[in-house]
Amino acid sequence: MIEWGPIILSFKLAGITTLLLLVISVPLAYWLSYTRSYAKPVIETLVSMPLVLPPTVLGFYLLIAFSPANAFGQFLDETFDVRLVFSFGGLIFASVIYSLPFMVHPIQSGLNNLPTSYSEASFVMGKSRTTTLFRVLLPNIRTSLLTGIVLAFAHTIGEFGVVLMIGGNIPDVTRVASIAIYDEVESLNYANANVYSLILFSITFLILLTVYITNGGYMKRFLR
Amino acid sequence: MIRLTLKKILQATYGEMQLNVSFQIKKNSLTTIYGESGAGKTSILRMISGLMEPDHGYISVNENIWYDHSKGIDLPPQRRKTGYVFQDYALFPNMTVKENLIYALSKGQDAGIVYELLDIIGLKNLSERHADTLSGGQKQRVALARALVRKPEVLLLDEPLSALDEAIRSKLQDYILRVHEKYQLTTILVSHDLPEIFKLSDQIFLLDRGKIERSGTPSEIFLSNKISGKYRFTGIVIEKFKNDVVYVVGVLVGNNLIKVIATEEEGNALKVGDKVMVVSKAFNPLIIKLNN
Repeated sequence: MIEWGPIILSFKLAGITTLLLLVISVPLAYWLSYTRSYAKPVIETLVSMPLVLPPTVLGFYLLIAFSPANAFGQFLDETFDVRLVFSFGGLIFASVIYSLPFMVHPIQSGLNNLPTSYSEASFVMGKSRTTTLFRVLLPNIRTSLLTGIVLAFAHTIGEFGVVLMIGGNIPDVTRVASIAIYDEVESLNYANANVYSLILFSITFLILLTVYITNGGYMKRFLR
Repeated sequence: MIRLTLKKILQATYGEMQLNVSFQIKKNSLTTIYGESGAGKTSILRMISGLMEPDHGYISVNENIWYDHSKGIDLPPQRRKTGYVFQDYALFPNMTVKENLIYALSKGQDAGIVYELLDIIGLKNLSERHADTLSGGQKQRVALARALVRKPEVLLLDEPLSALDEAIRSKLQDYILRVHEKYQLTTILVSHDLPEIFKLSDQIFLLDRGKIERSGTPSEIFLSNKISGKYRFTGIVIEKFKNDVVYVVGVLVGNNLIKVIATEEEGNALKVGDKVMVVSKAFNPLIIKLNN
C-alpha cells in the first residue's frame, strides 16, 4: 500500500504556494497593467522566465544561493535562522517563483482587457488606486483570477525538477507526489508508482475539467 | 468661473499636433467644444479632470487652482471636483445601477442624493438592474446620474449622446438641461451634433487642430447673419429637386423629413449633405446654410 504523505504534501505545497502567489501577483499584475516604467519589460521578462527555463536551472541556482556554505544562505541561516535548502520552506519559495507566470499572466491580461475608463471613472469619483482595484477591477476579472488560481495550483502539483534540486527527497518534508513516483520507479515498485500517478492524473483532470466547463474554453489561451 | 491655459503636444492621426488653448467659462454656463475628431476636444476634458497632464498651463476653477505648471501644482483627479461622463459610459458591470451610484458617494456623504438622482433621471425602476443589462440610453442616464453624485463643480460630457438614436437623444438632452439647471452646474460638452449644440449650449468653442478658431453663441458661430425666427430647426439636406421655378429641398430634422421651398438662388447654393437651419418667420420658411 502506498504512503499518503507525499500526496498530502503535494496539496499542502500547492495550496500554500497558490495563496502566496495570489497575494504577490495581484499587486504585481496591477502594476504591470498600468505602468509605463522602463523597468516594465525587464520585470515582465523575469516573471516569464520560468516558462522557458528548464526547472533544473532554477533549482540549481536556488540551491547555490540558499546553501549555508555560501554568503546569502549563511546570512539567512545566521540572521533569521532560516534554511531554505532541503526544507519545506525552500520548496514553497521555489514553487512561488516557478509558478509566478501562471498566476501573473491571466490576471495581467484580464486587467488589460478592461476598458481604461473603468479606472478613470473611479479616480474622478475620488477613489484611490487600491479602492479601485478591489471594488471595480478585480470583481470584473473573476474568470481571470480563477484561471490564475487553478493554473498555479495545478502547475505546482506537477512540478518536479525544481523540487528535486532544492528539496531532495526527505519523507514528509520535501517528498512530494511527483518525487515519490520517481522514487518508486527507481526502486522498481511500478504498482505504487501507478497508484500515485493515477491519483495525480485524476485530480488534475478533474480540476481542469471543472474550470473548462465553468469558464467556457477561456483557458485555451494560456494552455498550449 | 473656469480659467485655463493648456499646452500639450498630442499624437494625432496626421502626426504631432500642438494643443494650445486658453479660455474662460462662466459659472453655471453650458459650453460646447466643437470640432473635427482628432482636434483635441477629449484631451481638453481629460486635462481638466486630471486624467491627462498638460506640458504647460494653468487651470483654476472657482478661484481654486487645480493645475499650475509654473508652481508645480497638479491635483490628482481624486481631488478635483469633476463629474465625467465617458463616451463608453464606463459603468461598472459588477454593480447594479444603485450600487454604481452609491460607489460614487464621497466618504461620509449622505446617501439621499443617490435616491434623489435616481428619481430625477427616471431610473427608479432600473435601480436593481445590473449595468450590463441596460440599453444604451439607460446606461447614458446612469452615467449622468453617477457623475452628479459627488456634486461636482464642473460636469464634463464627452460626446455623451453620439451612440444613441434621435428620439432617445432628444430626451436625454432634456435630462442634461434639467440637471444642469437644478444643480447649477458648470458644464462642458464635447459634441459635433448641431441640433444638440443649438438646443443645449450657451457658448461654443470651435476647435481646429488644437487651436480655438472661434468662440461665441451657437448662432454667432454657425449662422453668417443674424436671423430672428419664431421657430428654428437644424437639419441635413437629403434631397433637392427643381419644380418649375422653385426648388423643393428635403431636410431631415431629427427623424422628420420636412420639405421646404427655396428660391433658385438658394437652391443652387445647397447640395445634399449640407447642414442647414430652417427658420420660420411668420409665414414664410427660410432655409439657411450653416457654415462649419
